[in-house]
Amino acid sequence: MAEKSMSKSHFPWKHIFGYIMSIVLTAVALLIALYSNFAVRTIVILIFSLAFVQAALQLLMFMHMTESSNGKIQAGSMLFAAFIAIVVALGSYWVLEFGIHLNHHE
Amino acid sequence: MKFEPEEVKISENTPLEYQSQSGRFNILGFWIFLGAEVALFSTLFGTYFVLINRTASAVQPQELIDLGLVLMMTLVLLTCSFTCGLAVHEMRLNQKKRMIGWLAVTITLGAVFLGLEIYEFVHYVSEGATLSASAYWSSFFLLLGTHGLHVAIGIIWFIFIIIQVVMRDLNTISASKVFIGSLYWHFLDVVWIFIFTGVYLLRLVI
Repeated sequence: MAEKSMSKSHFPWKHIFGYIMSIVLTAVALLIALYSNFAVRTIVILIFSLAFVQAALQLLMFMHMTESSNGKIQAGSMLFAAFIAIVVALGSYWVLEFGIHLNHHE
Repeated sequence: MKFEPEEVKISENTPLEYQSQSGRFNILGFWIFLGAEVALFSTLFGTYFVLINRTASAVQPQELIDLGLVLMMTLVLLTCSFTCGLAVHEMRLNQKKRMIGWLAVTITLGAVFLGLEIYEFVHYVSEGATLSASAYWSSFFLLLGTHGLHVAIGIIWFIFIIIQVVMRDLNTISASKVFIGSLYWHFLDVVWIFIFTGVYLLRLVI
């Protein structure tokens, strides 16, 4: 992998692609949040999916996550970190919000 | 995985930062550190999402958030992540001066971002949204403040790296330091993507 990354091309196509895609994904997420008529839950799922795609682009296009002889360990470590992050953030929200409205119906 | 150094093929095309074993291991170690950083930020995000409606009688976030300012901060941070990537690209072409140039652009844009964030915070505090105004604002400032602190550390870190490259030239040691610094900088952008989505865009929706 390390050999391949040092390609003969001197023009940073990979970075420019990553940069343009970042801006496009940000703009699409913004447009969905501002102007779309989907249900709130659908919009939340959509904009967070776009955020994960954009994060993956950063990791692959700018941070060269999969290159070097340790590429697989690096990618595995970040996938595990993403799993922990989703469990902690979404799990906390779910545990503490679940049934929170029930008390108000008395 | 095989860790014996002789198993790794080193050619002239191998980027400088991967040529020494300590360089490779430092980079791997930094990736594992970034995993811990993800865990840190996920706890702050978890806190923020739990407290998202606990605004008490303090000023509401919808009344304060200035979308134009947020978009400007996002664009600045995306651009400096890009220029940081270009710096590593130039380093791999052995263009030391261009690399330092792009790093200087990166640091400048990072400072602009930090300035905008401080302006935003001062504006919020002047409107009554302080750290102790409500549980919501506490978690808001804690999450964004931790990110802002990371950006400040990144700026100082890059200044020292540039000084080292100027004094000792590009070699296997300084190249791996530049690369690790760039990983840290891109990671700050990854965190910002989720702050932009989870804090600012979510406010427009819910």
